[in-house]
Amino acid sequence: MTFGFFTNLSWRFLTVWRRNLVVYRKIWKVNFLVPLLEPAFYILAFGLGFQGLIEGLSYAGQSMAYTQFMAPALIAISIMYNSFFETTYASFVRMYYQKTFDGMMATPLSLEEIIVAEIVWSATKATGAALIMTVVLGLLGFVIFPQGLLILPLAFLGGMAFGAVGMFFTGFTPSIDMFNLPIFLFITPMFLFSGTFFPTSGLPAWAQHAACIFPLYHLVELSRFCCLGLVETNPLISLAYLFSFALVFLVFGLMAMRRRLIK
Amino acid sequence: MNSQGIDNATSILQADNLGKRFNGVTAVDSVSFTVKTGECFGLLGPNGAGKTSTIRMIYGFSPPSSGTIKLFGLDIASQWRLIRARIGICQQDNTLDPDLTVLQNLLIFAGYFRIPRHLANERAEELLLFFALEKKREAKVGELSGGLARRLSLARALINDPELIILDEPTTGLDPQSRHLLWERLHTLRTRGKTFILTTHYMEEAAQLCDRLVIMDQGRILVEGTPASLIEEHVGRSIIEIASPEQEGLRRFLRSHQVDYDELSDRFIIYNNNDAAIEQMIRDGFCSRQCTFRSATLEDVFLRLTGRELRE
Repeated sequence: MTFGFFTNLSWRFLTVWRRNLVVYRKIWKVNFLVPLLEPAFYILAFGLGFQGLIEGLSYAGQSMAYTQFMAPALIAISIMYNSFFETTYASFVRMYYQKTFDGMMATPLSLEEIIVAEIVWSATKATGAALIMTVVLGLLGFVIFPQGLLILPLAFLGGMAFGAVGMFFTGFTPSIDMFNLPIFLFITPMFLFSGTFFPTSGLPAWAQHAACIFPLYHLVELSRFCCLGLVETNPLISLAYLFSFALVFLVFGLMAMRRRLIK
Repeated sequence: MNSQGIDNATSILQADNLGKRFNGVTAVDSVSFTVKTGECFGLLGPNGAGKTSTIRMIYGFSPPSSGTIKLFGLDIASQWRLIRARIGICQQDNTLDPDLTVLQNLLIFAGYFRIPRHLANERAEELLLFFALEKKREAKVGELSGGLARRLSLARALINDPELIILDEPTTGLDPQSRHLLWERLHTLRTRGKTFILTTHYMEEAAQLCDRLVIMDQGRILVEGTPASLIEEHVGRSIIEIASPEQEGLRRFLRSHQVDYDELSDRFIIYNNNDAAIEQMIRDGFCSRQCTFRSATLEDVFLRLTGRELRE
């Protein structure tokens, strides 16, 4: 049973992914608005409201406007939220309240395929949101093209990483309210301290090292690399970190869900 | 199919010494049974008897703690995917997809079986018609009444044209009309050669639908047989119920004539087995108050074997 999840995986998982797409198509018009308007709001608020207060910001040895610095992080944050919330709240509702997974387990689908489909779906949603945001921010002049399009595969990878860690929490959260805990202890600190709203180079050394553990830090760095062509870390190391993080939590997520559902 | 042709002709499912333990509690304790091709096999028992645990092991949802299950001659542990493609399961909980419409529930489910789209459409239309759901095709599942939802669950379980259909309490909570419609449809499916495994709390339902059944309690199989043979063997053919009788006299009478009976707080249940002489004597001697003469039913067998005290 230990590594059964590899033998239990097949392309059949795409049928579950398709199910989520069919459901999403009914509500996409509303969901579409969030990534469309959110960056505009942030840029407006921070650009107009904040910019005058912040001068002499420099990143990777270059001075730049605050909005220029912040815009790529907005995409990274959106990738994180879209995938993490999908595999926590949304997957929990499907698993626990709607018993959708139970129904699927009466078909030739394996639990592993169902869970992988959920995570891949969360990455798909994250990629869609990233695409819209990149277009909006590109029109506002915050993204260089064509390099900016690299955001799309990056969003998928980032989505897999945060989707997988979300599924890991879903695997053992006793109730839907308890998701507040990983959000408060894991997501919010990352949201604030991953070089999102200020460069980590301004932090004390220990905090800089701590930020390197956050997957969002690497996603933000890579997002800046795509949007600005600038980066403070080694992008290959960040890529390797995100990839490993995704893989490790995919396995942990599958193990946690198997423990939870197979009784 | 060839090598096991003979075996398949007689049995579609074989469970051997099946056991299931959860955290030290034994839910199923070494049960063995076979289900023959084309029959309706009943799993009866009070709540907590281990019926649903057994069902879940049969379709590979939960791995057995001990023992083996073979369906179509295939082992569920290793060939669950092939097996699940050939069975239909109507679970006890409503597991319909509330995010989808009635028709989408069938089509998306067909997708999980990788049924080609045109065939899925065809079957979905047939099933909507068969279960009188065609007017609800675009309805959301959340808007369906209990009866409609159960019909859709059953329709969904048939989307892969299964050889074996597993029904876990298919009529619990339904109104009589819905229940009868469901029974009627099950009868039709039986004439098409489908095999059924059914769990239920309704003894009338089991007696009507099942060719053969087992009664389980506390994880074990107590008895196995046809409804008629179980009635005959365990409670006889007729029953006399006497409300608040003159107890001592009746007890003495029954003992002296070696008639089987159960004593409840407010009445005696006498397993008379169509003995006309005994019946007449009871009618004359002990029926000053309320007396009921009736045929024995499966419910009498069930209560006699599993006891009358509450389980939960």
